[in-house]
Amino acid sequence: MSTTSAIREKNGVRQTQERPHRRGLSRKHREWIAGYLFLAPDLLGLLVFLAAPMIISLGLGFFEVDGFGNFSFVGLNNYQLMFSDQQFLTSLRVTLTYVFLVVPGIFITGLLLALLVKQKIPFVGILRSMFFIPNVVSLVVVGFVWKFMLADNIGLLSQLVQSLGLGVISWLGDPRFALGTVLCVVIWFSMGYNMIIFLAGLQEIPREYYEAANIDGAGAWTAFWNITWPLLRPTSFFVLLTLLVTSVSGQGGFDLIYVMTKGGPANSTSLGIFYIYQQAFLFGRYGYAAAMASFLVAVMLVATIILFAVTKGGRFDFD
Amino acid sequence: MISTNMRSRSEYLRPKRLIVFLITLVLALLTIFPLLWMISAAFKGPTETSSNNLIPLAPTFANFTYVFTQVPFLTYMLNSFLVAVSVTVIALLFHSMAAYALSWLRFPGRDVIFLGIFSTFLVSLPIILVPLFILVKTLGLLNSYGGLIIPAIFNAFGIFLLRQFYITIPKELGEAAVLDGCSLWQVYWHLILPLSRPIMSALAVFFFLANWNSFLWPLTITSDQNLWMVQLGIASFQQQYSSSWNYIMAASTVAALPTLLLFFFFQRQLVESIKSSGIK
Repeated sequence: MSTTSAIREKNGVRQTQERPHRRGLSRKHREWIAGYLFLAPDLLGLLVFLAAPMIISLGLGFFEVDGFGNFSFVGLNNYQLMFSDQQFLTSLRVTLTYVFLVVPGIFITGLLLALLVKQKIPFVGILRSMFFIPNVVSLVVVGFVWKFMLADNIGLLSQLVQSLGLGVISWLGDPRFALGTVLCVVIWFSMGYNMIIFLAGLQEIPREYYEAANIDGAGAWTAFWNITWPLLRPTSFFVLLTLLVTSVSGQGGFDLIYVMTKGGPANSTSLGIFYIYQQAFLFGRYGYAAAMASFLVAVMLVATIILFAVTKGGRFDFD
Repeated sequence: MISTNMRSRSEYLRPKRLIVFLITLVLALLTIFPLLWMISAAFKGPTETSSNNLIPLAPTFANFTYVFTQVPFLTYMLNSFLVAVSVTVIALLFHSMAAYALSWLRFPGRDVIFLGIFSTFLVSLPIILVPLFILVKTLGLLNSYGGLIIPAIFNAFGIFLLRQFYITIPKELGEAAVLDGCSLWQVYWHLILPLSRPIMSALAVFFFLANWNSFLWPLTITSDQNLWMVQLGIASFQQQYSSSWNYIMAASTVAALPTLLLFFFFQRQLVESIKSSGIK
């Protein structure tokens, strides 16, 4: 008892000696102020350039904006227009097809590559890098490279297909193939990035589990479904969530579509975000574009809620 | 007994391992092939562009000379460099300050603020493109470096990663510094920043690449050609020279070269930053 008070007194003396109460603020309050000051620049920026536009976006859909920046309230007009706009409905269908194919496509290729490069094989570091490289190149460049390889008659891939006797297939010019072609490029671009995330998840799984399974005579297939898949759930959830958010909003997809197809042929690759961009910046229909963006946000929220419900927040507990 | 068992098993696996290696190698070569094809075409003359050989028969620099003399490609690259470096430096400073506050300092509302920042993960540029454009236009930042740089700075990703890292630094270090009379700013500047060099360099590579490669935002707010960034430059170049693939591939190679170089020199940092984003 006496020793603790002595220490406290000593500390108190030391404190008053070295740091007299400069601004009449206690240490606790100064920490409060410092905390807010340290946060201020980023918090302000996030509020102004992310949160505010998000909220404005939801409200802007109820307005008509003309070229001079005058807003006029039009109620639900934009939303009614949306569902009678054939081109919007097409772009919605394209977006949903894109999401339903690109999410599992990237998920599976990323996971398979991670399982491959997790093995003890020679030059594994270099092989991992090779799978990742497409991801550091911009999507604009990626779009051109593939467009060049697929170009009718002169492109390497179209020549290859022709030499196989399959005739001339216009990969980007035929409405039946264009979206599929763009999808393959997106998967090629993104698989390496997701491979790294999966690899990090796989390396978290203790090796003893596999050794135990091996001693019990379990094959690779059994080991995958009983050890890898259940223990990889947090990583799988993270990957699925980010893929859903990016694919519904069309992040990245926009660049490729802009460069490779411009939404065509016959609107077969007109992703939601691409149509929104056209309406806003080619035709100046900001209100209408914002209404459609809000609709995409709603789709994204529904998809996220379904993902959370199915996986119970990333735990995938079906039993 | 155990060791002999292990040895026989690893020998049993050897041919299987070789097969796995060969499959992986073929897939990896197929993966990088399009990029090799791009570089190859950049060195081919106009008559050779549609040929099927990977190594150009008559390699030439003419395509590069053409690209740099016909369009202000150097300006585009300087713009990209300026924007990417500015965003990276400012973002690292702001994000690390915010992460320091969120991990080391105690103040009311801290957890709510963190949750709020975390939730902006779901907001992506395409979704807010129209209102962000109107906002930036209202601020008078259309066709300006400010308009290219400022909105690109703010994202939750960097704050989140840095906070995860700062939590692992022992708090006793900071307490000792405060007892020695350091201000909280000095703790941040002289203790936290030097300690976070590895994660900062990883994020720096990540931010630089993202901004060098960004297309949608520059496309939306810059119509002045003097402010075009490199991706925008090659996109419009392609519209002019749509069938001259040798020129387009040369321009693409030049635009991709800095990112490829950055990858070769900093791949460990880059991979680390992606890895840590996946682990909670």
